Amino acid sequence: MCGGAGCGKTLFAMEFLVNGAVHHGEPGVFIAFEETEDDLASNVASLGFDLPGLIAKQLLAIDFIKVDRSEIEEAGEYDLEGLFVRLGHAISSIGAVRVVIDTLEVLFSGFANEALLRAELRRMFRWLKDRGVTAVITGEQGHGSLTRYGLEEYVSDCVISLDNRVVDQVSTRRLRIVKYRGTAHGSNEYPFLIDEHGFSVLPVTSLGLDYPVSTERVSTGLAQLDAMFDGGGYYRGSSVLVSGTAGTGKSSMAALFADASCRRGESTLYFALEESNAQVVRNMRSIGLALDVWQRKKLLRIHAARPTVYGLEMHLVTMHKAVEEFRPRAVVVDPISSLITAGNPHEVKSMLVRLFDYLKMKQITCMVTSLTAGAGLDETDIGISSLIDTWIQVRDIEIAAERIRGLYLVKSRGMGHSNQVREFLITSHGIDVLPVTLGAAGVLTGSARTKLAAQQRAESQVRAQEAERKQRQVERRRRAMEAQIEAMRMQLAADEDESRVIAEDMQVDEPRTASRRAPPPRTHSRPRSTNGKQS
Amino acid sequence: MTRVSRAKRVGGAAKRRRAPHKPVQVEYLLRLYVAGSTAKSLQALANLRRICEEHLAGRYQLEVIDLLENPALARGDQILALPALVRQLPPPVKKIIGDFSSAERVLVGLDLRPLHQGRTT
Repeated sequence: MCGGAGCGKTLFAMEFLVNGAVHHGEPGVFIAFEETEDDLASNVASLGFDLPGLIAKQLLAIDFIKVDRSEIEEAGEYDLEGLFVRLGHAISSIGAVRVVIDTLEVLFSGFANEALLRAELRRMFRWLKDRGVTAVITGEQGHGSLTRYGLEEYVSDCVISLDNRVVDQVSTRRLRIVKYRGTAHGSNEYPFLIDEHGFSVLPVTSLGLDYPVSTERVSTGLAQLDAMFDGGGYYRGSSVLVSGTAGTGKSSMAALFADASCRRGESTLYFALEESNAQVVRNMRSIGLALDVWQRKKLLRIHAARPTVYGLEMHLVTMHKAVEEFRPRAVVVDPISSLITAGNPHEVKSMLVRLFDYLKMKQITCMVTSLTAGAGLDETDIGISSLIDTWIQVRDIEIAAERIRGLYLVKSRGMGHSNQVREFLITSHGIDVLPVTLGAAGVLTGSARTKLAAQQRAESQVRAQEAERKQRQVERRRRAMEAQIEAMRMQLAADEDESRVIAEDMQVDEPRTASRRAPPPRTHSRPRSTNGKQS
Repeated sequence: MTRVSRAKRVGGAAKRRRAPHKPVQVEYLLRLYVAGSTAKSLQALANLRRICEEHLAGRYQLEVIDLLENPALARGDQILALPALVRQLPPPVKKIIGDFSSAERVLVGLDLRPLHQGRTT
């Protein structure tokens, strides 16, 4: 374990012992060259390590070895058998399997005979190994070498280098496994933190890409938007990015998603990096989302923290902790772009990789928003694009002196998705994704859409009036015809009457004609004329 | 611990010789730490005795502590290197490590050099 001053060597070593004692019941010995027992105990008490308690339980032994050259006079040959005796005594007194020696290099300042010291150290490491204990030896970083006195030559199994670098006024602690015999190990530098729970290093949780995936869909919170994703919404456990310029409704989209998630009864964690808790709640109430209700039901938790309040690693750790504690099914980070102020884009990306990776392992759906500068795709977004499964871009479209909010799906892995730019409105009831309106000149948006709708309304009104008019005309014509029909029917009736009268007349005349035929006819006037007509 | 009982007194002959002045004369309380009866520790003890008899005859008391028997005692005097001689009295505490083959360095370590020189000249 090597590193410069103040990078946490002692703490790392102490945590090795304390965790061994507390979690594995393995007793440990701490050989301190730099700090006394009391100093050590009080220093790590702030991390919740109860050293006196562990010492009382025989799980820990601390031996402070003071090396002061001014007190020691060398007269002839000597060896470090005394150190061995003390070490051996400490180990056997509690049956330790873990040993920490912090910091061995102090010996070099205490004894003049370096050659002898090196020989003795080599003997000591051999001896420790033979006793079957795991030993963590700390050493100061040297110039151009891992340790000042080249201790890594003796400690051959595993070398971990700690480092504390300040870049752009932000100090980040990093850890690197320089070598670790007999294992495949991550050779990168991983940032780590020392917080109230001790040491925490958050590497990419898996070296390979082997997280589980789900085919379950979760709603976006908008039926119309769901429809754009093949009718289902996002995949559970996927990562969703909503990017766009200022005021395009990113946060609203995120809040909507959170709301939908809570509505399903799934706990949701909302990291607000720009607004306070109360502000998020108030603002979202204006679009009809009652986030405070979910908060009261303990389904929603809003974590508000300024991006600059601490470094990226701390943000990551805070998020990890909040996730571990709250165990949400969905996480919202609004917005990730403000994290840039806490680190450079490269670090932000590395942090987000780890965040997404972590959330994916846990099958937590994650929605993040990102503020972009221009209308196009920003570089930061492109940087993290590879981590994103579903990318929604919201943007302003300026047409004819008005701003129209439009959204489209840049990508959505593993599902069919719409390629349309859809206009949406943010109303007091939420977000309304408008259906596609096709006009003569193509897809219509904004007032063109309204205009078309008005036009269509006017047209339909005109059509209705026209139809009514036509109907009235038909009615009139029908009535006229009916009257005509009536008149004709009357005529017919009159004609029929007349023809009946004639028929009756005929019946009256007939017997007279017949009788006249036998005898000579009496009258000739009328029947004769008719007869004459008929003949 | 049983420090005193374990301690071996050396130099008794010298004390007996100057019995009447004993309370005044024992001004050097020395403690020698060794690990086992190795050749090196025996050598160291022999060297030390010789030096003491020569320069501190009758004025010193020497305890020998074997750390293999009493490893816990190493802590009290912050013993690392062996053999080690600790001057308990007079204060301040002084430590000398080595096999004491160099008498001069032992005397310097015990702050005896100037005194001794003053006596001889």
